[in-house]
Amino acid sequence: MKEILEYLQSYQGRPLKLMEVCGTHTAEINRNGIPGLLPPSIQLVSGPGCPVCVTVTAYIDRLIALGKESRNIIVTFGDMLRVPGSRCSLSEAKAEGCRVKMVYSPLDILRLAEEDREHTYVFAAVGFETTAPVYAVLLQKALEKGIENIRLLTSLKVMPPVISWMCADGGCGIDGFLAPGHVCVVTGSKAFEGLAAEFGIPFVAAGFEGEQILTAIAALVRLRGQGRVANFYPAAVTREGNAQARAAVEEYFEPADAAWRGMGIIPASGMVLRRKYEAFDAGSRELTRDQEKNSACCCAKVLTGKIKPSQCPLFGKTCTPQTPQGACMVSTEGSCYNSWQL
Amino acid sequence: MCVALPGRVVSIEGTTAVVDFQGNTVRAEAGLVCVKPGDQVLVHAGCILQVLSETEGRQLRELFEELEEIAGEGNS
Repeated sequence: MKEILEYLQSYQGRPLKLMEVCGTHTAEINRNGIPGLLPPSIQLVSGPGCPVCVTVTAYIDRLIALGKESRNIIVTFGDMLRVPGSRCSLSEAKAEGCRVKMVYSPLDILRLAEEDREHTYVFAAVGFETTAPVYAVLLQKALEKGIENIRLLTSLKVMPPVISWMCADGGCGIDGFLAPGHVCVVTGSKAFEGLAAEFGIPFVAAGFEGEQILTAIAALVRLRGQGRVANFYPAAVTREGNAQARAAVEEYFEPADAAWRGMGIIPASGMVLRRKYEAFDAGSRELTRDQEKNSACCCAKVLTGKIKPSQCPLFGKTCTPQTPQGACMVSTEGSCYNSWQL
Repeated sequence: MCVALPGRVVSIEGTTAVVDFQGNTVRAEAGLVCVKPGDQVLVHAGCILQVLSETEGRQLRELFEELEEIAGEGNS
């Protein structure tokens, strides 16, 4: 690791802006103090890869409305509880009678729904390519067991279109991407080859330990200016990925335009349930409205690497982890939350 | 949210595996991979997403040296 560190610290080329796309990378980069190990000419910025951070307010509002109907119980990962909707968060809505349960796995909803047929269990199905296969397995099991009182409110996103959107936008000036390791487990590293070639920038699939991340950053520096994909997480990532998981997703979901918090609608950047499984859908297709709680919130500029979290006028003032104005300050994987912890 | 943890498969029944995470055992769905007891696997949100390759656990330095061999000289 000493050689890798020396390689990075002796870098004397042009300034580089490198983006980690995955929220888990963001959290690990800060936990390991990696920005402090890099020379000033290598800047790390966080991308739109935290599913919580890119969830639009209409989605939260819809979850709350569903949870207030007496027949429904909302089931969610813990991260979603404090994300602001246009009026309040799920956590705040609990005080107004919204019924919410938190689980570790979407598959936990099978037991809940099977034991309580009186209620409909609505899962807040957010996530990227990594989590979509778990929802496919959930639906497969629900059909096998004849469990009908399960619904998904989906906000499923896929990575390549949003990265393409950022690169084509021209304003982000990213010189290389740490490709999201666990997305790559499913998609394979090949999912980023087209983007690398089109925009002439490198992508490096990275693991999640400090040394793995640091070495992947060194690989991006070494490959700067080259449209190549390198796999620095070979124990888990292959070029082909998990075809069985992708086939399961393909069975239940189809590509769709998706709304990203602060960024608007990006074509083909999401997934929704196929029409033949729409009985499981809780009204996901219409959820594109995005009304920021505070109009000065700069989530979109932060998530596309255009500004640092500290450059948002709300950061550390009205927006803190205790009083988040935007989703980036809520999630432990959010760029603003992690900057606040430094 | 894409957190996934490595563990070792202890046993399998149908498509459900018991996975050991350094002494803690949990049940995980195994229907998306071909897996057998003893395999090192990656688990995300209660589901095994990949069987980890123990032969591909190469040293990071080795990976970087390989990169030096294949990377072009056209860096700016």
